[in-house]
Amino acid sequence: MIYLGIETANAPLSVAVVEDGRVIAEIVQNNKLTHSNGAMPAVEEVLQKAKITAAQIDAIAVSQGPGSYTGVRIGVTIAKTLAWTLQKPLIGVSSLQALAANASLYSGLICPIVDARRNHVYTALYEGLTLEEIMIDTHESIDDLCIKLKAFARPVMFVGTDVEQYWDVIEAQLGHLAIRAPQVLDLPRASQVVHIAAQQELPAVEETHRFVPQYKRIAEAEANWIKEQKK
Amino acid sequence: METYILAIETSCDETAAAIIKNGTDIISNVVSSQIESHKRFGGVVPEIASRHHVEQITIVIEEALTKANMTPSELTAVAVTEGPGLVGALLIGINAAKAFAFAHGLPIVGTHHIAGHIYANNLVQPMEFPLLALVVSGGHTEIVLMNEHGHFELIGETRDDAAGEAYDKVARVLNLPYPGGPHIDKLAHEADEAVKFPRIWLEEGSYDFSFSGLKSAVINYKHNMDQRGEEIVAAHVAKGFQDSVVEVLTAKTLRAAREFNVKQVIAAGGVSANKGLRTSLEETFAAEGIPFYVPPLNLCTDNAAMIGAAAHYMFVAGERGNMAMNGRPGMELKTWVK
Repeated sequence: MIYLGIETANAPLSVAVVEDGRVIAEIVQNNKLTHSNGAMPAVEEVLQKAKITAAQIDAIAVSQGPGSYTGVRIGVTIAKTLAWTLQKPLIGVSSLQALAANASLYSGLICPIVDARRNHVYTALYEGLTLEEIMIDTHESIDDLCIKLKAFARPVMFVGTDVEQYWDVIEAQLGHLAIRAPQVLDLPRASQVVHIAAQQELPAVEETHRFVPQYKRIAEAEANWIKEQKK
Repeated sequence: METYILAIETSCDETAAAIIKNGTDIISNVVSSQIESHKRFGGVVPEIASRHHVEQITIVIEEALTKANMTPSELTAVAVTEGPGLVGALLIGINAAKAFAFAHGLPIVGTHHIAGHIYANNLVQPMEFPLLALVVSGGHTEIVLMNEHGHFELIGETRDDAAGEAYDKVARVLNLPYPGGPHIDKLAHEADEAVKFPRIWLEEGSYDFSFSGLKSAVINYKHNMDQRGEEIVAAHVAKGFQDSVVEVLTAKTLRAAREFNVKQVIAAGGVSANKGLRTSLEETFAAEGIPFYVPPLNLCTDNAAMIGAAAHYMFVAGERGNMAMNGRPGMELKTWVK
């Protein structure tokens, strides 16, 4: 079973070819190239490195969000178009779960962080080792997140390139319970996306047309419109 | 060279795909409009447009293939609007086009949206050169001269608002629903008299346009009437505004057609669906003895068929994109013939 994994939910980019659990080739980069520039060339390159053609892919796994709206859409559009036109099943994986998986050998709680601007983050909470979901993907303020995490009174490992900008707040709130993952684990990996996808049942190829990103937020214009209606 | 091009267009609020043969024949042409989703906001919301494109893109491409009764292996190339447009919206079409082309080993061609609008005419009537195109839409007001396929020379353009933008803004002043153009056109048609608004000609000999002054004149007129406690007659304002726009567009196009001694004049873009403008251009060029064409309504508004028509000539001229193609929101219309 050959999977193509795609991860473009945030600034870093990763694509991988994984065959029966073995990573054959993987690209992980964090070079500020836009995904529209970088994603398809990376797909092309990773397939070349793995010495397979597009037609040999058995299934596609993609990071479905949350994250940068445009970033998520580029990955989802590429994955969806490939899956539909090659008639292969498409599986979506939470971008936060994929990030948390990088720290899965940690035995405490794992908290992936993705910046959502204005002091808000996309986040979730997982039990270490088992990756059992404790708190589902959500969009909330860094302060509210810290309050919730404090209540667990357990050590939490934070993972993601955006942890850096919130680290002062996190450390001030959680003190010694806050642990930063080694930087090498901060970049999401398409191989993790595939690994998580491979544990799920393959959807029917007919489902692909309905596949959409998990934004976890309605568009700002829509939020404002709803507010206006309530006045 | 015989070509079958799958074209994709997502530069604004229509998700569209088409298959075009030889740049002239529509094999299939599918458009999924989002207009209903944007109505309540009074204009296109980029983020919402992008979200809809992701939902629709594979469905629309599949429908284009199904209606054409064709498989990917029968295609010559994939074409996609590279710009100008809303960047987030463009990226959906571009990445779908790249993924599709990659999956089937097809070449890809990045096409200019306005070149597409101009080439919409080629799907109805073969273009003859030299040709003058009046491009009028929500984002563009341009007079373009073409001496051959793939040659574009910008003769004049708007210095502020596009014609369609002015229509939308005036429609808002008159409390007409979005999009304003068709409503103003209809009201203007029903009116028996017109409020007199200025014609903005700019300096002598210029082929450029300016519509923001006219828009302000409409706003001031309403303001003055409000202050005097008088009701405006929307139809009279609509007719006054439309008369001014149509007169300037027609006169400048006619002057350019004479100066460049063109064989054909065409109108393109969403505003060329406007009845008042069509009639004025038709009558003017009939009297002048220059053939004038305007595409049918469904080819005036955004569609992928026009992109496929332009892309044929690009493809034949050897133009190719690659997997690193990015959206170009401010892309300029450039000649591609060598």
